[in-house]
Amino acid sequence: MLAESLLLSAVLFTIGVVGVLTRRNAIILFMCVELMLNAVNLSFVALSKLYGATGQVFVIMVMTVAAAEAAVGLAIIISIFRHRQTVHLDDINLLKG
Amino acid sequence: MDNTFHPLFYSFHFYLFGLIAVASALLFVTRKSPVAAALWLVNVMFCLAALYLMLDAQFIGAIQVLVYAGAIMVVFLFVVMLLNLGHPSELADIRGSGGRLAAGAVGLALLAEVAVLTRARFPAQLTPKAAAALAQVEQPGGVIAPIADSLFREHLLAFELTSILLLTAIAGAVVLGRKRGATDAR
Repeated sequence: MLAESLLLSAVLFTIGVVGVLTRRNAIILFMCVELMLNAVNLSFVALSKLYGATGQVFVIMVMTVAAAEAAVGLAIIISIFRHRQTVHLDDINLLKG
Repeated sequence: MDNTFHPLFYSFHFYLFGLIAVASALLFVTRKSPVAAALWLVNVMFCLAALYLMLDAQFIGAIQVLVYAGAIMVVFLFVVMLLNLGHPSELADIRGSGGRLAAGAVGLALLAEVAVLTRARFPAQLTPKAAAALAQVEQPGGVIAPIADSLFREHLLAFELTSILLLTAIAGAVVLGRKRGATDAR
């Protein structure tokens, strides 16, 4: 099942990348990043069957970083929303010049 | 769950959950409403938890449900709610008969599998292979001990750095999320 897991992981990662490139809602963009992290986690778990428990430790680390990233990122989104009343990324163009 | 007992059963479930995960992910990136997208992403995460169980990572599967589906996605939904981004008309939709039929079929199939598994569990304990695998899972420490060994011996520094990262993230989130002038208002 290793090959299938890695294939599924690649497909989910690709879907996440497509989401990041096509969506313009900041919150959905963050969710796409979470999907990409999940896809990488699946690779780690699948490979930990071959190479021991280190892969699962990596998954725990990735989950921690994902939680921290979600907390800070969503706080930034709330802060931006207070200023601009939008989470649409095309409307947030203060630094575009 | 070892694939040596029921190879067909194992691979059927593997492909089933894999297909549901990919379909949910595709629905997730195509939804307009953030609430619908978040719920489809929760579905992806549950399917991944099932796959982790089948890949002999039971602890990671439980953590996936608790942390990702339970905590992180709730934070996302909470922010969507706080910013009032979801529209009531999108939330209250009831799908057409096609969606209901598909949901019913998947639910019935999973229920039937639970029934089959509960019937098959007792005889499976009597076969020597299954008994050996169960003994491996049920030994003191079980499936968590290898992870704990690796985490608290080889990767102790990384573990401690993670706690600093979480502390920084908490402080950052509180500072960023605070209302401007909240300290002046008292």
